[in-house]
Amino acid sequence: MDSPGPAEGAGPGHWTPPRTSSEGGAPMGEGDEGYGEWQELVGAALLGTDRRRGGGPAGSPEALLDAAAVHTVRRRAGLRPAGARPRPEPAPRDPRPAPPEAAGRRLAQLLAGRTGAGSGGGGGRRGSAPDLTELLPQWLAAAARHGYRAPAALVPALLDAARARTDLRPQALALAGTRGLWLARMNPDWRFALRGGAGGGELPDVTDPSAVERLWEEGLFAERVALLGAVRAHEPAAAPRLLATTWGSERAEDRLMFLDSLRVGLSLEDEPFLEAALGDRSRNVRATAAELLSALPQSALAGRMAERALACVGPEGVAPPAECDGGMLRDGVVKRPPAGRGERAWWLGQLVEAAPLSCWRERFGGLGPAEIVALPVATAEGWTEELHAAWCRAAVRQRDPDWSRALLGPASAPPAAGPGTASLAERAKLLETLPDGERAEWVAEFVRAHGLSEAFQLLGVCVVPWAGALGRAVVDALDIAREAGSYPWSFSGVMGLAERCLDPSEAGRLEALTAAAEEPPDASPGAAAYWAEAFQRLVATLRLRAAMLSELAPA
Amino acid sequence: MTEQGVRWTAEQVLALAPDDASRKAGGRLGGAGPWSQIGGSASGSVWGLCKGSGSNPYRTVVDLTGPAYKCSCPSRKFPCKHALGLLLLWSAEGVGEPGEAPDWAAQWLADRAAKAARPAGAAAGPVDEEGARRRAERRAARIGAGVTELEQRLADLLRGGLAGQEHAGYAAWEETAARMVDAQAPGLAGRVRELGTIPSCGPGWPARMLEEAALLHLLDRAWMGVTGLPDQLAATVRNRVGLPASGEGEAVRDRWLVLAQYDSVSPDGRLTTRRIWLRGLAGGRPALVLDFGPPGRPPGLALPVGLVLEAEMRFRPGSAGLRADLGERFAAAAPCTEVPAGVGTQAALEAYGAALRDDPWLESWPVVLGPVVPIPGELGWQLADAEGTSALPVPLTGAGSRSRGGLWQLAALSGGGPVTVFGECGHRGFTPLTAWQPDSSEPVALS
Repeated sequence: MDSPGPAEGAGPGHWTPPRTSSEGGAPMGEGDEGYGEWQELVGAALLGTDRRRGGGPAGSPEALLDAAAVHTVRRRAGLRPAGARPRPEPAPRDPRPAPPEAAGRRLAQLLAGRTGAGSGGGGGRRGSAPDLTELLPQWLAAAARHGYRAPAALVPALLDAARARTDLRPQALALAGTRGLWLARMNPDWRFALRGGAGGGELPDVTDPSAVERLWEEGLFAERVALLGAVRAHEPAAAPRLLATTWGSERAEDRLMFLDSLRVGLSLEDEPFLEAALGDRSRNVRATAAELLSALPQSALAGRMAERALACVGPEGVAPPAECDGGMLRDGVVKRPPAGRGERAWWLGQLVEAAPLSCWRERFGGLGPAEIVALPVATAEGWTEELHAAWCRAAVRQRDPDWSRALLGPASAPPAAGPGTASLAERAKLLETLPDGERAEWVAEFVRAHGLSEAFQLLGVCVVPWAGALGRAVVDALDIAREAGSYPWSFSGVMGLAERCLDPSEAGRLEALTAAAEEPPDASPGAAAYWAEAFQRLVATLRLRAAMLSELAPA
Repeated sequence: MTEQGVRWTAEQVLALAPDDASRKAGGRLGGAGPWSQIGGSASGSVWGLCKGSGSNPYRTVVDLTGPAYKCSCPSRKFPCKHALGLLLLWSAEGVGEPGEAPDWAAQWLADRAAKAARPAGAAAGPVDEEGARRRAERRAARIGAGVTELEQRLADLLRGGLAGQEHAGYAAWEETAARMVDAQAPGLAGRVRELGTIPSCGPGWPARMLEEAALLHLLDRAWMGVTGLPDQLAATVRNRVGLPASGEGEAVRDRWLVLAQYDSVSPDGRLTTRRIWLRGLAGGRPALVLDFGPPGRPPGLALPVGLVLEAEMRFRPGSAGLRADLGERFAAAAPCTEVPAGVGTQAALEAYGAALRDDPWLESWPVVLGPVVPIPGELGWQLADAEGTSALPVPLTGAGSRSRGGLWQLAALSGGGPVTVFGECGHRGFTPLTAWQPDSSEPVALS
């Protein structure tokens, strides 16, 4: 009997039994005149004194109001506490330190800016004020590096932010920590936090087989994924064994997610399990297993694919497969091409994509990737584009920097003339396989050669803060764009990236650009002032980031 | 520590901002960059020149004892972003040794000092006592007529029964409310309007309606016999009916801790009411300071939660001695370094009950509750005594309830453990407004 609110018909505030109720309807003083319990008063009031049977002087409206007034004030004055409901389990202690006070206040500011800031920028012109929303991910990342927990008062706002922006979710939940999960268990709005990859509760000791087995049998999906990760980290071969115990009874979408979770830390230990999954009932599961196996160049599947690919491609030319046989199907080759693509080209692409890149050196007489890519293989038949695109996908999948470098070609060459692909999205993926420094250098060179209009995606894969040469190339390019007299919003994407990614120590050098320069003779009207404003915002944002990072340094 | 007193936290400064935009703009001016000639005086003021877009920098002065602001910028916001920026700078870095104010700041500070020294009533001109008495009599007569009419209306309501009200709509009550406005009894008008909304507010409405009708009846009856009531109760009745407080109240000097500050907007959106709850640290007396803002403008008075003001509080007669006006201040406000002591749930209700003796129409009483454990629940929240089994419910809907966001903040602070909470304790339960974490003296204003 712990219902908290006033129930139907009972007196308001019945959460505290009024003293009078224990007195069994005894007269409550002069105002009463025949009215007893509160219920009786409410009943009489509902019905109306005119309709009350046996009327009499006690039945006047005034007497009823008098009695009700006495009752009301008396009840309020005599309120007593209600019985407490069971309290929540206390939140587990979070041993991490809270961030310094100034940093906590900054987080509050960034979280508060989350709702308002985004809405105003409809017109393209953004003014000279930093966009706080964009800095939240950096704050979260920096706080994670310091190993802080969120200030307790900000955990709800952090959970709300994580709910609204999935990109923030992992970091926001990590910062919110055990307090966040504790809250999420009580508020349905934050249920997502319990499903998140971070896992809810504590994981058992992975060396305790019965504890592992129990959680594996009974746990929530997120907990099971986390457990699988922990088991793999401890002993790679144990994870497939654990998966195999329940594999047959898992739902197809769960099987797919489990397979997907193997992507991190994939090794040959996983091969037998993946090989078995090639015969799975679900096509998506089969395709994912094949994809994972092909990312393991030593796997049997990679070997089989190499054999097929080598049969199709060589120095003498390209001969796409004539059919998609049962073996190919079993190894994950999708038979039906998407609309508008030829069957044989489609099969060829899949074979080359899944074959280990290392197999080509021998096939092409000991040539390296750059030389192979440069060969006029198959230009006559028009397969080159298909072949190069497949090599690009293979280089990304196998994370092969040599092949990526070869397929990217020199940064100064026009993108359309690049050896591998003209697609900036694919080039960005290739760049990601290069070491950080080389990647920044390549993009810097690209910006110097081609300006900013196509650099956005490439800049997006560079490590933050940008290396010095890259930052300078971007700033120089912005300055050149300004001198050319165009409006800054043509570059608002890059400008926004620069605000988030430039090294804060560049702020000093940029100061000179914030002054409104004279308009070049052929400039768009007013452009100079808008540029000055855009640079002011850039400098202000960099300063803010510098302040933000220094606030996070432990006192 | 500088001579301007203990510096405020940035949070306390930002609490002064009239809106979000100024908060952000002020935040950007809170670094040394645009400022020059900043300084402060021993008596609690800071000033500085802030570079704007024009050739002349803006001249900004803040009197910390107010706080009060003066700036040469054209902004009509109050305080403007420059004043906020200056305060943030002061809060972060201080402004160095106290010194002489430059002329442009000194003039304004001197004017303020002179104004503060003038006795409160002196501004009013000569009083036409006879005229005032006649006006008061006329108004009392009009209110009397209104009260009589209202009693008739209530009697009709009870005669016909509440059951018909569910479908009656509140137009009839609106009309009665308008009659009470005509009778110059805005307090009655407000209650009548409230009464009209009850039938549509869910289960249990007949009981609530009977309560409100009975309390309105009680107020009518009290007005009819107001001359025979003890002074304090008579003053309460006049306040409740809607007459302005008359007569000088008691002046209490203490160090006043700001426990909570929050705004509510009238249903028609035309008036913002700011409630500021304070408590005397030495005497323990609670005080409620109200300030009002016209449409689109925040109220002028802003006292950040957690500050302590050494000041004289002038209590108005009646209303359980809660309503007060901030009188002379004796020192710059400074942050409080302690968590105020709390009481248990039983004591909280007893305090409310005792206050009803002075003002039976009182909805709630300010209480620091603690240590208590917040218990979230889908059906309703509770605040439970840390050791016992007793709890107070938290009203989630209706008058006086606050957003659930603040409750989750409270739960986050507690983590299932005990916290100290300030709030309004009344017949509907306890509405939390401010909380202190177990390991910090810094109050958190629940949003």
